[in-house]
Parts: sequence; structure tokens; C-alpha cells
Amino acid sequence: FGGKTWYIKVSFTCLKSKYLEELNIQTVTLIPGDGIGPEISTAVMKIFEAAKAPIQWEERNVTAIKGPGGRWMIPPEAKESMNKNKIGLKGPLKTPIAAGHPSMNLLLRKTFDLYANVRPCVSIEGFKTPYTDVDLVTIRENTEGEYSGIEHLIVDGVVQSIKLITEEASRRIAEYAFEYARNNQRTSVTAVHKANIMRMSDGLFLRKCREVAENYKDVKFTEMYLDTVCLNMVQDPSHFDVLVMPNLYGDILSDLCAGLIGGLGVTPSGNIGANGVAIFESVHGTAPDIAGKDLANPTALLLSAVMMLRHMGLHGHAKKIETACFDTIRDEKVLTKDLGGNAKCSEFTADICRRVQDMD
Amino acid sequence: MMAAALRGSLVTLAKGLSGARLQPLCARSLSVTSSQNVSESPPARADSTFKVTMVPGDGVGPELMTAVKEVFKAADVPVEFEEFHLSEVQNMASEEKLEEVLSSMKNNRVAIKGKIHTPMEYKGELASYEMRLRRKLDLFANVVHVNSLPGYSTRHNNLDLVIIREQTEGEYSSLEHESVSGVVECLKIITREKSRRIAKFAFDYATKKGRSKVTAVHKANIMKLGDGLFLQSCAELAELYPKIKYETIIIDNCCMQLVQNPYQFDVLVMPNLYGNIIDNLAAGLVGGAGVVPGESYSAEYAVFETGARHPFAQAVGRNIANPTAMLLSASNMLRHLNLEYHSNMVSEAVKKVIKQGKVRTSDLGGYATSEEFTRAVISNLAV
Repeated sequence: FGGKTWYIKVSFTCLKSKYLEELNIQTVTLIPGDGIGPEISTAVMKIFEAAKAPIQWEERNVTAIKGPGGRWMIPPEAKESMNKNKIGLKGPLKTPIAAGHPSMNLLLRKTFDLYANVRPCVSIEGFKTPYTDVDLVTIRENTEGEYSGIEHLIVDGVVQSIKLITEEASRRIAEYAFEYARNNQRTSVTAVHKANIMRMSDGLFLRKCREVAENYKDVKFTEMYLDTVCLNMVQDPSHFDVLVMPNLYGDILSDLCAGLIGGLGVTPSGNIGANGVAIFESVHGTAPDIAGKDLANPTALLLSAVMMLRHMGLHGHAKKIETACFDTIRDEKVLTKDLGGNAKCSEFTADICRRVQDMD
Repeated sequence: MMAAALRGSLVTLAKGLSGARLQPLCARSLSVTSSQNVSESPPARADSTFKVTMVPGDGVGPELMTAVKEVFKAADVPVEFEEFHLSEVQNMASEEKLEEVLSSMKNNRVAIKGKIHTPMEYKGELASYEMRLRRKLDLFANVVHVNSLPGYSTRHNNLDLVIIREQTEGEYSSLEHESVSGVVECLKIITREKSRRIAKFAFDYATKKGRSKVTAVHKANIMKLGDGLFLQSCAELAELYPKIKYETIIIDNCCMQLVQNPYQFDVLVMPNLYGNIIDNLAAGLVGGAGVVPGESYSAEYAVFETGARHPFAQAVGRNIANPTAMLLSASNMLRHLNLEYHSNMVSEAVKKVIKQGKVRTSDLGGYATSEEFTRAVISNLAV
């Protein structure tokens, strides 16, 4: 008799926590973007609905407007929404060449102090590339370094670009890298640098990484020259785990790693800012030539959304959606054109939704 | 093609201003192209042997140089080496040593060298010995010809790329300062003169070797002034060579394309740091740092070394380094000295050993030692 009461008590607690979890719907700012942005955002929303993920979407537009004082800024509604929700998902944004305003991505980065760009690169079964068994994460410092934007024309024909490395930013990115490694069960962090050439600047970056490594003895820390990393990466990428580096090297290496697994159409990306803000995005272009034709591949945005779920702690849903997506690609029956098939975006999405629902 | 050529010549005719600007460039170009034809000014000779400066460098450099010397002896090559042991890490460096090496090089005009390692700690001067050597001799162009080795397959086979890298300015300016504690600035310098010089070198090289396309690699969307100036210089030079197709690509896209489809590239030209990255990337595509030769040119001198420059310190004394890169580079040096017969003999022997596949060092998946490989090359020399 006592056993039955116990059983009822336990099942009631489970039901209650499930009910609470369902009620615990989080709001996420969604920025559909331009070109194929709206289509792939719709696809992601559909899949999340099918997976019953506790996410509510708040759509916002981030086209730059001129604020008081003549400075370009993102619309205040978008800024408010992001600061409230803290988590955002962004599609591709176009930067018109003669618009007069700086790149949208740069504006977002400055507004929310997005200092870390995280790109996990995992080989996708079913999407064949010459490189199998890639499983690494590139963490790139996103606010300073070679992209400080400080350039001068000294005399006619002589230009100087300034690469800025500060102690604060280096320490911050190193700490994030080690935290990430710890939270995601990664075994080692490698600092990528060129301190043999840029002895002072990369030397400072490296020193900070070493200092932070002292506080994270459970994660292995190594350092490697940028050219050695490039050399070894194309020969055997399985050697690398988490890579942390300043801005320019990060830009190059993260794109290199994206190339190893199949390109920007299947690579997720996340930007972490101060104050807990995090914006996850797809890094491919707006593809204006196929916009509106239901031909786009939502994989990149979907995997970024999965990254977002993991960041929010919703590992169950993340795993479900990710597995469904990989299963669809592995099956090779319903693939969009860039993955080698003939299916439409909606068909691809429907297949993933079906798999997600079957899993329940 | 014709339209482009006509357009090009029309532009130079119409734009009187640019025409005037291009005049001094043509006058300068003579000294650049002469670096490719040694027959105009032969290096110092003594009893019909050529004297060549040799700087073994650090790490496995000395072992690789031994391999070169042994092969040259077996092939009876009329070259005499003047050795200098210059090293920053082993404290064998000093200003006088550097001066000795420089004067020997200025005398002989041709050198073969290993990598002089740069320690990360610096005492006073930020520029390393390698950089100072390059600057004093004005070795502005680094050429790495990436060729797939017949008989050794990698993920991408039948590659044939040339990577031309500006070697004296850019990010490697060694101009750094700490404005306040914790804030460091590093200057990247791009000048029109040097950008034009390397662009002209690239187009001349492409013309001479019968290449069809030159691609400039840059990041001008972010570094608008710096890389923008580099791009502008390349574009101006491109107009003078209507037969050669000119394209541009951003560095991160370039890296991605190299691992997905490297066959779309022919000759690549770029500033210093990007060159370092792409050299190593491309070397990795065909088999690693042990198989790709490289050379550096100035208007008067030529230095032959490996393509991807690493001291490979962890292999010292273990006899596992692959001499292929250094031997192929030595063969290129012989061709530069107009010793065609010996050059072909050495390179054919090396390629034959690799093709046979029986004797391979560990970086190519084999078990042979450096010495065994060298001996195999010697036995395959068609004397």
C-alpha cells in the first residue's frame, strides 16, 4: 500500500515539473534578416513548434536608422527587445555598399558588446567532404585586434593599420574559452598566435591565456603558431579541440574550418556579449538570387538555433532537433540543392518536423 | 579578352595622369625582372664552381643541409658552400655574424638556408634575425610553388599553385608599442611602392611561366585603407598585362575555397601575413612542410629554402625529418645557376624515390629515416 502512495507521489512530482517546464516559455528575439532570411526563419520556427520547444519568438527588424546626433544605430525596439530577452537568433543581413551606414553586423557587435564569436565545426554525416572526423570549436575575440578599424594615411602611398591588443579583452576571451570548454566537456584549449613575429601584441594575448589557464587546471592548455595550425588542420583536423585566438586569425581559421565541414551553408555560429546577451546567427550570405523561391537551405540557421537551445540549458530539445536534422541529411532522400538534392526548403523542413514528431 | 585588352590600352592612353604615373614604374621594373635571369649577371665563380652561401639555421636545418651536401657530392655538382651558423636561440648570433652572412651573400648572390628560429622573448629589438636578413637584402618576394608529388596522394591531387608573398612590410613591420600598461598597438604598414613591386613581380612571373590567372588576396572590406591600397596597386598593374586574368578574393573565403576547391586558383599574390597562412595551408594540402620548396627573391639576390618555414625542433636528432623540400629547393637553386643538367638530375631522383613509395619518411606515412631517404635519392641519381 505504501509503495503505491510512493508511486503516486513521484509521478505527481514529475507531472508538476513537466507542467512547470512547459510554462517556463522563454522569449527569444528573432531577426529574420534579408534575402533568404525570412524563409529560413519560418522553417526554424516550424521545426521548433513541431519539437514543442518552450520558445516564444519576438520578431524585430534591425535596419539601421540615424539616431539623434547623426550617429547610426539599430532601432530602439530591437535594442529593447534584445536587452530584455537576452537571447537572439539572427538570419543573414545585407550590407548595401553605398548605404552610408557601417556594416549591420558591426553595429550589432558594438551595441551589445559581442566579444566572443563561437563556431563549432562538426563533420556532418551524409554531407561528404574530403575531411571526415572534424570536431572542433573556434572561439574568436571579436572586438579588437586587427579589426580595430583604426587606419591612417601617413603620406601619400603609405598606409598604417593599427592592431590593438588589450589585457582586458584578452583575459575576457580566454576566460570565456575555458568556461566553454568546461561547460561542454571539452578536453583542451589551444591558443593560436603569432607571438614569434608580433612579440609584444600576441605576446600579451598569450600571457593572458596562460594566466587564465592556471585557474582551469581541469582543461588542458596548449599554444600553437597560426601557420602550424593551418598546416596541421588541413592534414589532420582531428587533433584540434577548442581554439581561442584574436580577431583576424579567428576570422580566417573559423572560415577554414567551415570549409572543412562543407561551407557556410551548414555552419552554426554564436556571438556572446557582456551582460549575458547572446546572438546566434547563420553566417552565410543573403543569397538574393534564390530568395523567395523556396530553395534555401535552413541548416545553418537551424544548427545555430540548436546551439542557442544548448546555451539556454534546453539540452533535450536541442538533441532532438539536431538528431532529426542530421538524420534527414544522412538519409539523403530530401536534400536542398546546395546539399546535392532537388527538394524544396519546405519539403526539407517538413521532413525534419516529421522526424522530430516521430521521436516523441 | 580582346575587348579587355583594348579597354586596358585605351585607359592608359586616355588617363594622362595615370600614364605619367606609370612612367617611373617602367623604369624601376628593369631591376626587378633581372632577378629572374641570372645569365645577365652570373654570381661569383671560382674555378668554374659556384660559391653559394649556406645558413643551416635551427631545428632540423643542419640535418637537411647535410642531406643536400651529400646529394650534391654524389651528383658531382660544381657548387661550393660557404657555411655560416647564425642562430638566435643558440646564442650564436651577434651583429658581426649577421654582417658576415650579409657580405657573403652580397658576394655570392645565391644562398640556401634553413629556418632561423625566433624565440618569443625579445631582448631590445623586436625584429628577428630572419626579418632583418630579409630587410637588409630586400628579399621582397617569396615564391612557393605548390605541386602535388606524383605517387603520393592526398585529399586533393594534381595541384599546381604558385603563392607569391610580399615579404618585407605588412604585418611584420616589428613596430609595436605599449601605449599604457595593458594596451598594445602593432602597426601594419602598406606602401604603394612595395605593393606595386610585388604585383609587378607576380604578373611578370605569371607571364614568364605561362600562367593564365593572378588572384590578389586581401581583406579590404575591413582594412579599407591598408589592403585597399594593396588592391589598388594590383589592379593598376593588371591593366599592363591584358593577357593575364586578374581576380581578387577575400582571405577568409580564399582559405575556405582552398580546402573545398583548390583547382580554381593559379597564381596568388598577397601581403605578408596572409602569405604565411596560405603558404602553410597549401603545403598541408600536398603533404606538409617536408615536401614543398620555396624561394625568396630581391632585385639582386636569390635565397632558396623550404616553402613552409618551421624549425621542427621536436625532430632534432631523431633523424625523421623529410629532406624532400630542401632537396627540391636545392634543385631549383641549380636551375637558377643555369646548371640545368644537375638540377634535373637531383629533382628526378627525388621524385622517383617518392613515386616508388618504398622509402618514405614518417610525415608521408613511411618508416624510413632521413639518412635512408637521402641514400635512396643518391642511388637513384642518373649519373
